Amino acid sequence: MLARLAEHLYWHGRYLERAEGLARLINVNAHLNLDLPGRIAPGWEPLVRITGNSALFEELYDDDAGERQVARFLISDERNPGSIRSALELARENMRAARDLLPREVWEQMNGLYLRISEQISGNVSKRRRHESLADLILGSQQIAGMLMGTMSQDHAYDFILIGRYLERADVTTRILDVRADDLLPEQAEEVPAFESIQWMSVLKSLTGYQMYRRHVRTRVAGPDVLRFLLRDRLFPRSAMFCLKALESLLNDLPGEDDSALRATTALMRHLDSARMARLKGEPLSEFIDRIQIELGDIGQHISHTWFQSGAE
Amino acid sequence: MFYSLKRVVYKGMDLNDYKVSEFYDELVTPSGRPRAAARALWKYLKSLDAEEISERKLACEVAALVAGITFRVYFEDTGVDRAMPFDLIPRVIPKKEWDGISEGLEQRVRALNMFIDDLYNDQKIIADGVVPADLIAGSENFREQCRGFSPPLGIWAHICGSDLVRGGDGTVYVLEDNLRIPSGVSYMLENRQVMKRVFPELFEDSGIQPVDEYPAQLFDMLASLSPRPVEYPNVVVLTPGVFNSAYFEHAYLAQQMGVELVEGRDLVVDDDNNVFMRTIAGLEPVDVIYRRVDDAFIDPEVFRPDSLLGVPGLMRAWRSNKVALANAPGAGVADDKVVYAWVPEIIRYYLDEEPKLANVPTWKCSDPEDRKYVLAHIDELVIKPANESGGYGMLIGPRSTKKEQREFARLIKADPRNYVAQPTLALSTCPTMVPGGLGARHVDLRPFILSGQQTFVTTGGLTRVAMKAGSLVVNSSQGGGSKDTWIVDTEAAGRAGGAS
Repeated sequence: MLARLAEHLYWHGRYLERAEGLARLINVNAHLNLDLPGRIAPGWEPLVRITGNSALFEELYDDDAGERQVARFLISDERNPGSIRSALELARENMRAARDLLPREVWEQMNGLYLRISEQISGNVSKRRRHESLADLILGSQQIAGMLMGTMSQDHAYDFILIGRYLERADVTTRILDVRADDLLPEQAEEVPAFESIQWMSVLKSLTGYQMYRRHVRTRVAGPDVLRFLLRDRLFPRSAMFCLKALESLLNDLPGEDDSALRATTALMRHLDSARMARLKGEPLSEFIDRIQIELGDIGQHISHTWFQSGAE
Repeated sequence: MFYSLKRVVYKGMDLNDYKVSEFYDELVTPSGRPRAAARALWKYLKSLDAEEISERKLACEVAALVAGITFRVYFEDTGVDRAMPFDLIPRVIPKKEWDGISEGLEQRVRALNMFIDDLYNDQKIIADGVVPADLIAGSENFREQCRGFSPPLGIWAHICGSDLVRGGDGTVYVLEDNLRIPSGVSYMLENRQVMKRVFPELFEDSGIQPVDEYPAQLFDMLASLSPRPVEYPNVVVLTPGVFNSAYFEHAYLAQQMGVELVEGRDLVVDDDNNVFMRTIAGLEPVDVIYRRVDDAFIDPEVFRPDSLLGVPGLMRAWRSNKVALANAPGAGVADDKVVYAWVPEIIRYYLDEEPKLANVPTWKCSDPEDRKYVLAHIDELVIKPANESGGYGMLIGPRSTKKEQREFARLIKADPRNYVAQPTLALSTCPTMVPGGLGARHVDLRPFILSGQQTFVTTGGLTRVAMKAGSLVVNSSQGGGSKDTWIVDTEAAGRAGGAS
């Protein structure tokens, strides 16, 4: 298949997964702020940092990181290339460029999702409506994945959408863990243990992973177990390991001699396997997650270099 | 669905309600009776009541949308796909008549290809004094870069779309030839699909000739141009991209032929003049390019250096026979409206035959006698510039103001070679569904002619219809619609025992 179209489909997959991931990220943070007493609640500033856009935010909002500003910045602000609106638009434009390879209904679904959500999130949006729109977005993104699975020939075009989605999803899951790592609960606070499991439950729920966690882990919700589940579980489709396993098998099927993307993927799988979860909290967890994200970035570079610039000397 | 369709109730289709125009009508005689080839159609339409007609009309609009027959309109910033108006009532031509037209088209395109090949090489036709030298000197579409080269088989215009019109006395004229990148064939194919879905009963025994062969014929023709003698050469369709007004057609034809739809940046030409496309498996050789990008944009090394739509090096690949381009660059030199005036002479010169299809009588403004006549009768003639297409830049004498006429007189005197004049034609009409019943609307016809090792003419073509009463403008960019075109073999229908 044409390298250009493969690239469009890959980026479509990444941006749609990113939009969905941002919605999940915002929801988990909103829940944490509701569940925790004000003095230990994380507030909204961490989201800006975790999504890697602090400088732009400061420039646009004068460092005023209240809920309204951060939500607007991350959801509807067109000036932020990392906002949900921007991600959805790019997901749509990339799909449009390759739409002839896809079932027509899938394109209509994507186009409709973009039009619907960008209308819903424009202007001042109440918290309740915001939550509904984000839930709608998550559902719409899942619908597109489902339609593709149910109606599209599973050729290389399909593979590149999935590669984009899995790579981005691994990234999103680790960023969501970063929210938790970042809040830096004051160690000495008496009530911390009671709240700790609430926080981890929020994280699981934001990834629609609470039920699956209970079924497969069976212990009470505790930090190291949740980390193990979200980073290393081989069956839960939003765990980092699951995404990497899927990526490994997809990359294996692509043509070409260059296996650098595959090597980078298997290396990251090894790193995840060997990490000692019990020790990962606070600063070390944050550093570990940074490392994973850098390695995910490398995989992306290798993919782009190997298949999208094929033949470009 | 993001489209809303209004349900309009149409009246039944009784011929008694149809006011026959003063023009030649494609389906009805002046006395109001159906023409022979259209009899079965009318009998059937008459049997439907108003409710059924409205239902079919809606069904056909929905089918058209689902099939994605859309025409991109430019003025909306993101380029919105809009359905091209489609009329339910087909235009019918008897097979016998069509066979004659088809022969005339083959003859015409054969001569035009010989003419182009001659112009870029020996220019015998000029040396022999048949056409004047300034015919080329003044032509915007003559490409110096094509001089001294002859593509395989000497064919330049592999895909030609000629526009035919019928005058008041029933004569079919060629109005113009499109030898560059003619479009519309996808509408012809899709219109038939829609009609078969909406009126399946009609196709059972009416002797309507099929049209769906075109994509296979197109592929075979393109494959036959391959410089490499392989069974399945790599054929691609080159599009300017998704924002082009005919993108739908580019994607549609690529899909129907099962070949890649590429953009300029997908292709690369190496130092040995080989053409490749960039795939996820690396560089794959390309043998034949059905290009839907204008000459001026195909190769920034040779033509417009600022073009991002083209492929640097494509011209050298073509000239060294490493890749076939359809149509060949420079083919447009023969579809200029001034060259048009010379086509009868061109046919006689190269083929030693009389033209089988009539040219519209044309005055050449470069000729002093003709020019004098044109300037004296500017208010009754249609004045056409040589190189505009799509109905732009024309003066329709009887509908123009004195001021417009003065402006055109000035233009003609300043650059006589660039203008020709023709009488205003009494274009034929065809009954068309309009709110409130049937109306007579003007139509033309664009058949497509493929030239490779063999020649192929579409069965009929795309009938375009001006949707506004009295309007002569059928171009889709200016609100024209289309109809299905039936070539009907009444003898075959009789044998099948149907339309008797």
